[in-house]
Amino acid sequence: MITELEKFKGFSAKNLPKEEGLAPGHRACQGCGEVLALRMVMKALGKDVIVCCATGCMEIVTTPFPQTSWQVPWIHIAFENAASVASGVEAARKVLMRKGRIPKRHVDILAVGGDGATGDIGLSWISGAMERGHDFLYVCLDNEAYMNTGVQRSGCTPYGAMTTTSPPGKKGSGQVTWKKNVPAIMAAHGIPYVATASPAYFLDLMNKVKKAALVEGPAYVHIYSPCPTGWGSAGERSVEFAKLAVETRIFPLYEVIEGRYVISRKITKPKPVTEYFKGQRRFRHLSEDQLSFIQAKVDEEYARLMKLSEAT
Amino acid sequence: MGKRVGIEVSIAIAEAVKLARAEVIAAYPITPQTHIVEHLSEIIANGELDAEFITVESEHAAMSCCCGSSAAGARTYTATSSQGLALMSEILYHPGPMRLPIVMTVANRALAAPISIWNDHQDIMAQRDIGWIQTFAENGQEAVDLTLHAFRVAEDRKVSLPVIVNIDGFTLSHVIEPIVIPDQEEVDAYLPAFKPRVRLDVKKPVTMGPVGIPEVYTEAKMAHNEAIKASKRVILQGWKEFAEIFGREYNPVETYRSEDAEVLLVTMGSISETAMTAVDAMRDKGTSVGLVRIRLWRPFPGPEFRKAAGKASVLAVIDRCLPPGAVCGPVGAELRSIFYKMPGAPKIFSFVAGLGGRDVTVELFEEIVDKARAYAKKRPTELYEVIGVRER
Repeated sequence: MITELEKFKGFSAKNLPKEEGLAPGHRACQGCGEVLALRMVMKALGKDVIVCCATGCMEIVTTPFPQTSWQVPWIHIAFENAASVASGVEAARKVLMRKGRIPKRHVDILAVGGDGATGDIGLSWISGAMERGHDFLYVCLDNEAYMNTGVQRSGCTPYGAMTTTSPPGKKGSGQVTWKKNVPAIMAAHGIPYVATASPAYFLDLMNKVKKAALVEGPAYVHIYSPCPTGWGSAGERSVEFAKLAVETRIFPLYEVIEGRYVISRKITKPKPVTEYFKGQRRFRHLSEDQLSFIQAKVDEEYARLMKLSEAT
Repeated sequence: MGKRVGIEVSIAIAEAVKLARAEVIAAYPITPQTHIVEHLSEIIANGELDAEFITVESEHAAMSCCCGSSAAGARTYTATSSQGLALMSEILYHPGPMRLPIVMTVANRALAAPISIWNDHQDIMAQRDIGWIQTFAENGQEAVDLTLHAFRVAEDRKVSLPVIVNIDGFTLSHVIEPIVIPDQEEVDAYLPAFKPRVRLDVKKPVTMGPVGIPEVYTEAKMAHNEAIKASKRVILQGWKEFAEIFGREYNPVETYRSEDAEVLLVTMGSISETAMTAVDAMRDKGTSVGLVRIRLWRPFPGPEFRKAAGKASVLAVIDRCLPPGAVCGPVGAELRSIFYKMPGAPKIFSFVAGLGGRDVTVELFEEIVDKARAYAKKRPTELYEVIGVRER
């Protein structure tokens, strides 16, 4: 059992940290779920953190030189390698503290990337870092496409969704593959802590991030991040969509603690998936057949998750 | 005083990295670099060096780890070759402008296709413009000494740039030579601990590697270029102090029997020793020939080279890289540029030799000199020539 989590009481509405690692003032789009989630992540972690950021929306909108939104040490190298950079930072701190070259002090190391950086191009780099067991936290801010480059499909784009490289047409009907299950891939590494989170459930999100930081060794949090620009949805409805994704069981919230699946929020009376699709331009072309397929597959995936939680 | 021992060059380089007290090493195995990091892992496993060894899953990740480690303030080292260097390529462009002083040994090797594990300079020439300081070692002693010099220069606050020490794969990396391994005290005197001006520190937060919007991008690139040009002073100073402590002298360009030579061979790396033998043989036959060897490749030592070339009327430049469709090899092109429209400039002929492990022999050098002398009288139709090609 992970002993680090025993003392952690959790955040509540009454004891929310006042510190902000990510300063107000950045260039994200209105209604960006990703920057909202990132702010919560940083709030949960406090100021004793070094951030290694992958190329993507969050890197671009927070650091147009000479401005920066970061109140904590931050480094960006490239698109796919945030986990490797974090490995280097962690190893350097370890040896420098051991040799007495820097003061002994626990500092969290956060690697952060979008779904493209995490689930596609960076998968091998993250896998390597987790296999090596570096003490760091990887957060994926999943907005379900390569949004920064203009809404191209990624491995995390949901089935049927329209992007500029999965356009519906006479022969195509949007993304043809089911969303890649990145949390499961991470859990398969046997790392101590994996979780999914949503900015619509902000205390849950912050608690999971804090727990992920507290455990020794690699941890992974996959955060659902609505993107009004990419999804063709109203900016003011981002939190609502994040909530609907959970309530329809499209994006279930759970933890995998040392291989044990724990569902954070059981959805006993799910809303139909169609309710989530309404108001998102990326899904408006979906046929009845596709909708039924998605509903069936969502139910099946949720049932599988329930079984995993019972079995572990 | 150091100790003179018979030792494989790769092992000697690993010993130099140990003496430099490297703190983080991230590496992925690739031939012919492997012996270096294998020996380093042994050194660390035996407790002879207090360092973190990150066994990464690729060379790309190795260089990425190195960037993170250097940014966090640790003395950082890696080594690679060929396809591995090519795989790193994307990340190699980052530590220069970000001013991260990483030291890397490149055991030079050919690039596929066809796949070849043997030596030439195609791998590093494909990375010529990554913005690292680059030197070429001629022998094992030089490989050791340049490694220590690399850390010293890279981490100097006036420089703060990454450095590559090139050694020829196999022909240098895998040979056993008598090499003076310096004393720890001498190295400590030469190489103080790494004290970065800025590092990733929660007490003093900095943003590293931000977006270069069009208003600042050119200036950022310019600043990097200025830094690498200005590094030459520190490089020279580093060699001067090296001589004072260790007694071995190094210069950006070396010459051999060049003073009165009509034809000068121009080389980089370990073939220079064969070239010296060839010069001796040709001198014995009455040919007026000498050698100029380039040790410092980036920043390119233009004035030093012009001075070293002296009054020679013909330069026969040997490139170990064939850039397809180009007008000549990269070293040849560099030299044509520095002499361009200079009054009394020598005639420069570009030769490509020793690709993919093909031996560059004394006879081959003689052939090159003969051809260069003939071309000086009657210009060749081609701008460069590949030497030693088998017709059948």
